[in-house]
Amino acid sequence: MTVEESENETILDRGVSYEDVRGRLFLAVCVAASFFGIAMLALLLWDVIATTYSAIFEFGVNPRDFLTQTSSRNVEKAGFYSAIVGSLWLMVIVSVIAFFVGVGTAVYLEEYAPDNRWTRLFEANLANLAGVPSVVYGLLVLGVVVNGAGIGPILLAGAVALALLIVPIIIVSSIEALRAVPDSVRQGSAAAGATKWQTIRNVVLPAAMPGIMTGTILALARAIGETAPLIMVGALFITTRTPGPFDRFGAMPTEIYTWAAQPERQFIAMAGFGILVLLVVLFSMQGLAVYVRRRYEVEFGE
Amino acid sequence: MSTGTGSDPAGITRDVSKEDQKRDRQVKYVLLGCAGVTVATTVAIFLVLFDNASGYFFENRLHEIVLGASVEQVITFTEFFTGTRWAPDHSTPAHGILPIVWGTLTITVGAAFISIPIGTATALYVSEYSSGRVRAYLKPSLEVLAGIPTIVYGYFAISVVTPFILSPVGEVVGLSFGRRSMAAGAFVVGVMTIPMVASISEDAMNSVPYDLRNGAYALGATKFDVSTKVVLPAAVSGIFASYILAVSRAIGETMAVALAAGMTARITLNPSEQIMTMTTYMVNMARGESAVGTVEYQSLFAVGLVLFLMTLAMNLLNDRLKQRFREEYQ
Amino acid sequence: MSETDENGSEELITTEVQPKNKSARKDVTGTVVDVEELDVWYGDEKALDDVTMGIDENRVTALIGPSGCGKSTFLRCINRMNDQIEVCRVEGGVRFKGKNVYDDDVDPVALRRRIGMVFQKPNPFPKSIRDNVAYGLRVQGRADYTDIEARCEEALREAALWDEVSDQLGSSGLDLSGGQQQRLCIARAIAPDPEVVLMDEPTSALDPVAESKIEDLIDKLAESYTVVIVTHNMQQAARISDKTAVFLTGGELVEYDDTQKIFENPDDDRVEDYITGKFG
Repeated sequence: MTVEESENETILDRGVSYEDVRGRLFLAVCVAASFFGIAMLALLLWDVIATTYSAIFEFGVNPRDFLTQTSSRNVEKAGFYSAIVGSLWLMVIVSVIAFFVGVGTAVYLEEYAPDNRWTRLFEANLANLAGVPSVVYGLLVLGVVVNGAGIGPILLAGAVALALLIVPIIIVSSIEALRAVPDSVRQGSAAAGATKWQTIRNVVLPAAMPGIMTGTILALARAIGETAPLIMVGALFITTRTPGPFDRFGAMPTEIYTWAAQPERQFIAMAGFGILVLLVVLFSMQGLAVYVRRRYEVEFGE
Repeated sequence: MSTGTGSDPAGITRDVSKEDQKRDRQVKYVLLGCAGVTVATTVAIFLVLFDNASGYFFENRLHEIVLGASVEQVITFTEFFTGTRWAPDHSTPAHGILPIVWGTLTITVGAAFISIPIGTATALYVSEYSSGRVRAYLKPSLEVLAGIPTIVYGYFAISVVTPFILSPVGEVVGLSFGRRSMAAGAFVVGVMTIPMVASISEDAMNSVPYDLRNGAYALGATKFDVSTKVVLPAAVSGIFASYILAVSRAIGETMAVALAAGMTARITLNPSEQIMTMTTYMVNMARGESAVGTVEYQSLFAVGLVLFLMTLAMNLLNDRLKQRFREEYQ
Repeated sequence: MSETDENGSEELITTEVQPKNKSARKDVTGTVVDVEELDVWYGDEKALDDVTMGIDENRVTALIGPSGCGKSTFLRCINRMNDQIEVCRVEGGVRFKGKNVYDDDVDPVALRRRIGMVFQKPNPFPKSIRDNVAYGLRVQGRADYTDIEARCEEALREAALWDEVSDQLGSSGLDLSGGQQQRLCIARAIAPDPEVVLMDEPTSALDPVAESKIEDLIDKLAESYTVVIVTHNMQQAARISDKTAVFLTGGELVEYDDTQKIFENPDDDRVEDYITGKFG
């Protein structure tokens, strides 16, 4: 028995071989790589907070003034209020347009469209639209809406650009949510004498709504941070007046861009403060999206 | 119950549910209209870009030419595609797009040197090595990283990357980094595309069947062997798809490079110098609020068209790879 | 539509089964559904082959047969649920009260408002119990039930579920047990007072206790509705049905007669083989 045991040990315990070292080294590289991204994230968040701190205590930016004053060329008087209002207006208009178009398209594709060549072409087009750079959406709206339709560089035009940008994202996530509703439920509704639309409106959409809302909120969070399309349609450098839907406008990201591009350190510090506000809004929306999914998701117990 | 007519004692003909049917048809048309928006968007992108770009090259816009306006080429394609000076708005204008294409390519390649190895290694770690608990922290962190607006990355480049990472490194290798540089742009674009490479590659690795791995383990393979010789090759088309997507994203990236990489259109290999990408040119020129019909305005669309076609090519390639991967494993 | 019966779990019928008390049945007043020379294809595959049979009013008719014999397909032809399958092609006639449901002027939605259906797996909607039962009445916009609440209670009582859920009508139908969910689906199907209730293996996903409750329920339903039930459980067919149709592979209706005759003295040897377990 003791002989057997020691034999087993020599077979199983090879000592430290070249292969072990190589394996461990490889793992170490993978771990380091994985934490590189996290380190960058931590560095970024730390920097934003530190800059905000220096904006308040080094440059004497009063947080209340910062959040309630409109922007200005004069660094001492510049605030973030007009940009925040601009972003809020954008969010309201974008969510109405993008939700309606996005969910409508998803319902058409998932519930109505026949499975043929045209539908597949449509889906391929959708995938490609999702990959079009945001700056091109800005160019599109600049050519068609701002100058083509002649409405000028107003907030509404910026909202159209952002809405078109996130429609493909909303479509894809809505389709996923609709697919998660089991077919047996659709059949049950049809057998109860419901028309197709009655089935969709009364059963399918309510069941898919938590997933659709989650996807829409995440897409809106993407839109709220977009800068390039707004600049392309002609957003202002400095938003000195609080914009409405039909005014020339600026938004949080465009204001941040202007500040960050200035040479004065105080403007850069204010850009950091602005980014903090933007990130707080963004993370709140992402948190809300996760909450909606966890709280309202329908479990079908399949 | 229902209004049964003489010929319909069963009460099941279309007359019975006329109203509901009408509503159903109306809804269908509305939904079809919604779907039409995305098609219209694609068509409009092509039309707008070609229409205005033709104004840049041929004096008259495409729809004017179709309606009978003269065709007179003012900027030759030879100059556009081979000229090495880009200054359409200069008093002595030059229309060679190469410098800003070069700028875009240097950012793209530089970013790929960061996002591809780090993203792939992250995917391997998450898919093959990490415990459930580590994964539960790692993946949401990457999602947060992916959700940060690009303008923030631009600020990050100016505020952290250049002074605390590039400048110290530059001192060692003898480069002096200014506030903006090619390297700073490439660095942050690389960081922002890591999550994209990592998550799509990880999906690809996860869909490699476990039988393949177990087969290798049964032959006495180590985890390293399985990861590099079984999982990586098996998931290769899915992993490449993630690279293509990251490259496409880097080509179209605008705000981070506008802030970080500079505004000087030039062909250079020195990472500490400023360069200008196509996207930077576009936001800069749009900021000038150039008037409709001027060569500056039309140059936006000419550059936009080149940019769009580059990303379109990448997206189509990505579609192909994804399709091939799906055929292999799903 | 693929059959998902679990074969082989069936017990053989060797002794006489104890039939339900079927004495409460009204007299047969005629047929409500008449199927004439019905052929159904899924693509190139023939699922039903020249089936002709009449279904008696206010009776329970059972459809039995091995997996893939077309009994579920047959059921889904009656309320045109097969329409939803693109490759499905139907020839021949299915007359509901004399009207061929495959005529051009027939609206399948209107048809389904006259014919209720219960599925193999309980499929309550992610809504409250009350809204589940009221669903048919609401979508059909029925003016004849002004008091939807009262009709829901009635339907739940008919489905023998009222006593168990009367104090939780507002809670989700998905929170109920499997057997309760299926009775909820039955209540949902009968609430709009259909003429025919189709049941596609309604107990196959349930435990024996729930199964027996539903069998009792079906027996009672026949007092007011015509019930057509697909089952792979021969004992169940023998217990609850008045007439039984036996389908065999290839979609052929081999024999259709009084249940007692089918189980005790079938004409066709293949039916005898199937019932005694030598077939399938």
